[in-house]
Amino acid sequence: MLDEPWTLSPSVALRPESFGALAYHFGNRKLTFLKRPELVAVVRALGEQPDVRSALVAAGVPEAQHAAYADALAGLARTDMIRPRSEGVAA
Amino acid sequence: MTIAPARPTPGTLIEEFELGLDAPICLTWELTYACNLECAHCLSSSGRRDPRELTTEQCEAVIDELQRMQVFYVNIGGGEPTIRSDFWHLLQYAVDHQVGVKFSTNGSRITPERAQFLASTDYVDVQISLDGATAEVNDYVRGPGSYDTALKALQNLQDAGFQDAKISVVCTRQNIGQLDEFKALADRFGATLRLTRLRPSGRGADVWDELHPLPEQQRELYDWLMARGEDVLTGDSFFHLAAFGEPLPGLNLCGAGRVVCLIDPIGDVYACPFAIHDNFLAGNLLTDGGFKQVWQTSELFRELRSPQTGGACAKCEFFDTCRGGCMAAKFFTGLPLDGPDPECVQGYGESALDQLNQSGGRTIPAASQDHSKAGPTRNQPVMLTLTRRPDLTPPSAPPTSACAESPLAGFTPPSI
Ligand code: SF4
Ligand code: SF4
Repeated sequence: MLDEPWTLSPSVALRPESFGALAYHFGNRKLTFLKRPELVAVVRALGEQPDVRSALVAAGVPEAQHAAYADALAGLARTDMIRPRSEGVAA
Repeated sequence: MTIAPARPTPGTLIEEFELGLDAPICLTWELTYACNLECAHCLSSSGRRDPRELTTEQCEAVIDELQRMQVFYVNIGGGEPTIRSDFWHLLQYAVDHQVGVKFSTNGSRITPERAQFLASTDYVDVQISLDGATAEVNDYVRGPGSYDTALKALQNLQDAGFQDAKISVVCTRQNIGQLDEFKALADRFGATLRLTRLRPSGRGADVWDELHPLPEQQRELYDWLMARGEDVLTGDSFFHLAAFGEPLPGLNLCGAGRVVCLIDPIGDVYACPFAIHDNFLAGNLLTDGGFKQVWQTSELFRELRSPQTGGACAKCEFFDTCRGGCMAAKFFTGLPLDGPDPECVQGYGESALDQLNQSGGRTIPAASQDHSKAGPTRNQPVMLTLTRRPDLTPPSAPPTSACAESPLAGFTPPSI
């Protein structure tokens, strides 16, 4: 996953909260809590970065935590909060 | 955050929620107190329309504000919300403004045409209320014919290709034994089962003693949810059952005024849909500067978001997950708010109620408002259980019809 391009799903909205953010998917109506501000920064960066690793770096996540973040992202992918981006780097 | 000036350092998510959020997560909006049914346990004592009901324009303004606050969806209820002539317009208006809608209905107006419309829109979720898996059990509390109405609505939705409707069940002493049947019914209609807790709110206060599940039924419900609850929604309403052992999935806290609230048909904002009472009234969105203002600055909500003591519950080993249960259930049964829930599975609620009853100290708070219909109508439930005299007919056989002509009518030969 770390070397793939990903993005926030188009039907997802983020609402900033003191603990991180609420993510709501209008299509499948799933509400998810992003419990760390760093995770919110990563999720927001996904679409602007060539791959997940770059998004993690851009959000300042230390490399030792990349695997843990990849797990968290995989969890978000299961409910289509984020999805693989096929077109490569976003415009 | 605008809410607490000296916000303690963040801890767990639950602790965060207890301190309140800038906007609710679970907002219920009751559009009208009018209803064609008269369910015995109606949480909002609905029946008659309130003449001060918000106008279409006022409702649109509320939706605009919810959009600005990023309240992603509202749970619309009533009364019967579809009775409002602008209901379908408001539904569309909300969806067009990025406010998803889940609405609860008794199904009476979900015609094949409406079902088609619903199937064609995204962002809309439909919940059909059903409080018995059989007509006998359902109509006992929801009134004659209401079972057939609900099933017809589910059928219309399924025929129109509407995906994943919800069957919303309030768990009672009469229907706890039907959980498997409810699940089968949901499967039959391609629907999802939603089970919620009966609270002694609204007219529910009058029938709570008779309808609320018995202690052993709570155990039955807990075990069923543990074993089969994976695809069943609960609105996180059974967290008091966590004291049986392992907590159920979901938010284990009372969200009233913290992440939950109610906007009533006249724009009054209450801490929770089950707490329609002056004690839990935070303000009115027409007269107090809008919903956001009420949510973020009301005195009541500030109080609910301040750290609470567990009272008598603080010593309990299950306090971490049960957290003393439901505020509304305590209030409307006359129990102190910082003590155990009336349905405390450790039995402390029951003994507290017994003590109050014996000492004559139990006062059930009088309702602050009531929109029940004044006189009885044909839809009123008749809460009598009809049974046959066991000495007349074997219980398994239907009664012999008076016009059955066969001389052997009613006679079943014993099998050889
Ligand atoms: S008062 Fe009861 S129903 Fe309302 S939010 Fe609290 S626990 Fe839930
Ligand atoms: S004593 Fe209080 S915290 Fe403990 S189980 Fe009962 S209601 Fe819950």
